Amino acid sequence: MPKTMRLPDAEALCVALADAMRGHVDPAATALVGIHTGGVWVAERLHAALGLKIPPGSINVSFYRDDYSQRGLHSNAKASQIPFDVDGAHIVIVDDVLYTGRTIRAAMNELFDYGRPAKIELAVLTDRGGRELPITPSFCPHSQSLPAAQMLALERADDGRLSFKLMEK
Amino acid sequence: MNTGGNPQLNRHGELNHLLTIEGLPREVLTRILDTAAPFSEVAEREVKKVPLLRGKSVFNLFFENSTRTRTTFEIAAKRLSADVINLNISTSSANKGETLLDTADNLAAMQADMFVVRHASSGAPYLIAQHLAATGRDHIHVVNAGDGRHAHPTQGLLDMYTIRHYKKDFSQLTVAIVGDVLHSRVARSQIHALIALGVPEVRIIAPKTLLPTGVERLGVRVFHDMREGLRGVDVVMMLRLQNERMQGALLPSTQEYFKSWGLTPEKLALAKPDAIVMHPGPMNRGVEIDSAVADGNQAVILPQVTFGIAVRMAVMAMLAGN
Repeated sequence: MPKTMRLPDAEALCVALADAMRGHVDPAATALVGIHTGGVWVAERLHAALGLKIPPGSINVSFYRDDYSQRGLHSNAKASQIPFDVDGAHIVIVDDVLYTGRTIRAAMNELFDYGRPAKIELAVLTDRGGRELPITPSFCPHSQSLPAAQMLALERADDGRLSFKLMEK
Repeated sequence: MNTGGNPQLNRHGELNHLLTIEGLPREVLTRILDTAAPFSEVAEREVKKVPLLRGKSVFNLFFENSTRTRTTFEIAAKRLSADVINLNISTSSANKGETLLDTADNLAAMQADMFVVRHASSGAPYLIAQHLAATGRDHIHVVNAGDGRHAHPTQGLLDMYTIRHYKKDFSQLTVAIVGDVLHSRVARSQIHALIALGVPEVRIIAPKTLLPTGVERLGVRVFHDMREGLRGVDVVMMLRLQNERMQGALLPSTQEYFKSWGLTPEKLALAKPDAIVMHPGPMNRGVEIDSAVADGNQAVILPQVTFGIAVRMAVMAMLAGN
């Protein structure tokens, strides 16, 4: 079944996501924060497409994950970089795939350690179902239901093209 | 612990304790350095804390005095949100006759998750780790914060982090370690780390009386002339002259020592122009290092202290997660 299932077109979804957000963001005041690694790529696309002025941030939630005691620490952890003042900011968290919602919770916890944002929203390319927390995306152009044994991840080719890849756990 | 002989690794080859750098593969060392990098950014936030070790109890067991090492371990654990309990045992139960393992047992009974151990006797942290394993409590992690003349692995690691920060790559470097190697657990950890990370030339510059016998077998070049040894090096790692550990007449006087083995601007000029100068602290100004060098623009001694916190955070976070 997975071999024949059609994966969503990541490039088309980036465009659709930007279209969905366009009327709702203020190019001078909205700040994007991408979640490593896929969310950072998407945030870069949205930043350019929406013509935002505030440079995008990136966040690595490894230090905030709730499954740390079971999974330990991943060494490829990149540092979070928030190049704007979080206090009073309108922030859109950007990720590639929304699943349990735990990553988003961790990202929000981390953002609050930088300051008190005025508003946080969530933009994702696709929602694969399976939520374990009361978290809903503000902007999401695509959804599909995937079994727990499968993992959907964004990949970036050498030429910068984004595509989805489906993996069996 | 059936880990091919390395008591620090668990059965999956992951770090369960950090007792010494000796015998740790390059991948493990590199992984610690890579993990430390994002932790250094935590200190720049409004809230200088991440919740990784929330609810864990870290006991700082210092059987020997140390301000800097204890403080940086304490800050590191607190920035990971652990609860930190400091015990200066030199002024406590050990004086009343309690054995090392009884102390460990009592603290384990208080639900300790990690011991950070400093002890004047080489092997004390290993003894505790072995005892915990033998009694089925190896979920408690042990970090060696300096044992006798044996090892000071987190110092060695923070020194490697510092070198990598300024020099990027280990594979082209010439590094000199200067001074009291005989009494120095720091030097042993540095030598093992430098060689494991692939530094092609490690030099030891020391008077014969302050060199352990057979040090060449570790793969280092020995120099008894400081000027000759410093020529063309990329990194100068000074060691503290350990007056408190000296017994007998190893040295004529500290002034004499400074003349032959103190790092002055004139001697430093023999190294590469972009060479960095490191010191594990506390410094004896005018004994092993001239103030003009210690405060000069090639010194990276204070950044070492800052990096030490990130490296200790990484070590504690990795151990607690394994």
